[in-house]
Amino acid sequence: MAEDAPLAPPVAPAALPEVVRELYARFGQTTFTYQPTKDGVPTLWVPKERLLEVLRFLKHEVPRPYRMLLDLHAVDERLRRHRAGLPPADFTVFYHLLSIERDIATRGHGDVRLKVALSGDKPTLPTITRLWANANWYERETWDLFGIVFEGHPNLQRILLPRTWQGHPLRKDYPARATEFDPFLLDQARQDAEQEALRFNPEEWGMKRADPDHDYMFLNLGPNHPSAHGAFRIVLQLDGEVIVDCVPDIGYHHRGAEKMAERQSWHTFIPYTDRIDYLGGVMNNLPYVLAVEQLAGIEVPDRVKTIRVMMAEFFRITSHLLFLGTYVQDVGAMTPIFFMFTDRQKAYDVIEAVTGFRMHPAWYRIGGLAADLPKGWDRKVREFVDWLPKRLDEYEKAALKNGILRARTIDVARYTADEAIEWGVTGAGLRATGVNYDLRKARPYSGYENFEFEVPLAANGDAYDRAVVRLEEMRQSLHIIRQCLEHMPEGPFKADHPLTCPPPRERMLADIETLINHFLGVSWGPVIPPGEGYFAIEATKGLNSYYLTSDGGTMSYRTRIRTPSFPHLQMIPHIIRGSMIPDLIMLLASIDFVMADVDR
Amino acid sequence: MSAIGFTPEVTAALIAAVKAVVILLGLVVTAAMLIWVERRLLGLWQDRYGPNRVGWFGLLQVVADMIKIFFKEDWTPPFVDKAAFWIAPMVAMSTFLLAFVLVPVAPGWGVAPDLNIGILLFLALAALAVYAVMLGGWSSNSKYALLGALRSAAQMVSYEVFMGLAVMGVVMKAGSFALSDIVAAQRHGWFILPQFLGFCTFFVAGIAATHRAPFDLPEAEQELAAGYHTEYSGMKFGMFFVAEYVGVVLVSALLATLFLGGWLGPGADRWPLLGFVYFSIKTFFFIMLFILLRAALPRPRYDQVMDGGWKFCLPVTLINLLGTAAFVLARQGG
Repeated sequence: MAEDAPLAPPVAPAALPEVVRELYARFGQTTFTYQPTKDGVPTLWVPKERLLEVLRFLKHEVPRPYRMLLDLHAVDERLRRHRAGLPPADFTVFYHLLSIERDIATRGHGDVRLKVALSGDKPTLPTITRLWANANWYERETWDLFGIVFEGHPNLQRILLPRTWQGHPLRKDYPARATEFDPFLLDQARQDAEQEALRFNPEEWGMKRADPDHDYMFLNLGPNHPSAHGAFRIVLQLDGEVIVDCVPDIGYHHRGAEKMAERQSWHTFIPYTDRIDYLGGVMNNLPYVLAVEQLAGIEVPDRVKTIRVMMAEFFRITSHLLFLGTYVQDVGAMTPIFFMFTDRQKAYDVIEAVTGFRMHPAWYRIGGLAADLPKGWDRKVREFVDWLPKRLDEYEKAALKNGILRARTIDVARYTADEAIEWGVTGAGLRATGVNYDLRKARPYSGYENFEFEVPLAANGDAYDRAVVRLEEMRQSLHIIRQCLEHMPEGPFKADHPLTCPPPRERMLADIETLINHFLGVSWGPVIPPGEGYFAIEATKGLNSYYLTSDGGTMSYRTRIRTPSFPHLQMIPHIIRGSMIPDLIMLLASIDFVMADVDR
Repeated sequence: MSAIGFTPEVTAALIAAVKAVVILLGLVVTAAMLIWVERRLLGLWQDRYGPNRVGWFGLLQVVADMIKIFFKEDWTPPFVDKAAFWIAPMVAMSTFLLAFVLVPVAPGWGVAPDLNIGILLFLALAALAVYAVMLGGWSSNSKYALLGALRSAAQMVSYEVFMGLAVMGVVMKAGSFALSDIVAAQRHGWFILPQFLGFCTFFVAGIAATHRAPFDLPEAEQELAAGYHTEYSGMKFGMFFVAEYVGVVLVSALLATLFLGGWLGPGADRWPLLGFVYFSIKTFFFIMLFILLRAALPRPRYDQVMDGGWKFCLPVTLINLLGTAAFVLARQGG
């Protein structure tokens, strides 16, 4: 493809998405540049000066408003070749908004993406933290990784990397390999400096050390703490045991997954996705391979879709079982988690029999699966779906109906549906407030439209409801797996497409065309056509999405991984101010996060 | 004996001393073995094995743990208040051990079962035990330990109020503070029936006094890491650890003595050893109950524990006390 070829043919105005027409009507067509993308998300480039009013319009004024800021990040455009028809830019900051009402009404067309072109080495942009509270961390991360300054941000500090870090790693001129750096040395002076940089400074966060009549205690909870569920630090400002304020500190689990995506082939990045939400296993592969398939234009066979759904639901169950066990343990009951580990072992036995691995199978492939189902899979799966329901009933009776547990969790760490949407909460945390939004229903993918299942809801939005919703979700997952068991379609486990990876071997030696494709596919990896793809799924912990930019190479140009746990953690201070330490523990337990899913 | 020059008083004192040492050793060994018992029982109830590798059924696990903890570096962090930091575990261990002098383990056996202040001494020592936690938490100069100590102080003060009141019903019925008299008063029926409310509240207070689940707030792992003993290691930690089990044995023994007739049972008067067997079975029953509670129950929140103490248990004990008093007076008057 020529380098200056347009990404897609121009679109006739009548075919434009509704939100684009609304924006044209309000601000005039000349304000925007419309960019057709392969993901079908309406994408508009906005001049920097008009950004705030456009966002305000979309949040407050447009009918069926876009109330959730789903994602905010940047792209380094400086090395991108296939960008004809787009405004010139060194960096692009994109804002991904979601309107849940619109998404449900239009079956999956409820999001919009706004892009702002920035130039120069130290680009600036006005902050939108006054519009969306959860923009705070996203802007900090964008500053941290791209060096884009958000003017007016309350505390624009590094968030994922240590404060002593030099450079902005997601820039294209920042090396990705350890061999390109000087050897790392940690001498005493440097260690002292690093530790000093970690010292908490209350004034920086607008906190007072003391009031006229009493002092506050600042308690450092984590990064090593039994209930922090990973390397998570939260500094509490305490008055007795009452939390006056708190500051979550993340980044201890940051592994640069998005940077690694830029130096791995499309195919070899799959195992990295497993480790994003490390309890989600193949559930993490799903949005990634779906996004790549969207870019490549691959349509997978029904058998692939059904097997993918089945294995993903297995991981939803194992993840939720671990959630429930640790949740009950965090209330102080030590026994249930051992029973749930027994159940998880049984689930992992099935997963191992099918995929060959237990926690991180990396089993989905671009255009298919690594292998077909083994002989006798149905017997193993049936054993598990017959085993678990009785156990779940027992957990409900013994743990969730326990009086002490209810007293500890009902009305604790509560938030409303409006607050959840404002802070970008998705998944069970959103459904516990009564919002019926499950991507498997709202925008069915991978064949979920063929399954019969309910979306469990609750109304109160407290720590108890979040557990009840997840327990019920396990029952629904079992229901889905049972349907997979009974209606597994026959057929190939790979799509017949030149970009399927690894490519089908059957006709490899039959003609030169397939031989060439096969050779390229296994040596370089597939060359994905240029364009932008986006896929969001209902992962174990909420909305997990991959926003991929291909520049027509064997590697991704930019991979943005939107994980659900990141905004969930950002919301903690908002929920927990005025509560006690044990309530914070219940909030942490009921969020159900893993730090790899936050820090990536 | 007098042939080799001992007066009868000295002989009696020597016998008492031997008895005391036997009881002390028995208690400490029981407490240590409880670690094994608890881990095995928890394993049983939690769908897993528990320690089963060292020795028969894992029995020598305790020995292995002891060897390890004795040889572990007994480190005192540089930022602590040394004197208080050292005293705290000793207080923890000694208060509970001392309180055991009151318990008649078999007919005629016990260090001082006839002590006329009896149960009052136990209450006094239980009150002193709070110093172990407070000193340990405060001297550690660590925030988690301090929060644990604060919780502990509030919890123990609240629960000791009705702990004393809960046993007063028993004392009224027996007409004595001495535990031997209380046992004797149960020859015609254990006090658990007439004093059921007292039994329940004393049990709750007993759990709170030993910081066992569900009243383990001072050392709630999920919230405060290890609570007041966060900074302790080696044998000083070991003393806190064993003190907890001594407390469990003590409270169980007291429950058995005060409410289940102690060593009483058919044939116990003739064969004291049989009395000891009865006493052990009753005590072990409560120990099991302690462990079962730990396996089964979540932990209430700190303010809920306070509410439960002041708004529920205290009124219940007061009602029990007044009811018993009225009953005793009515019988004396009639």
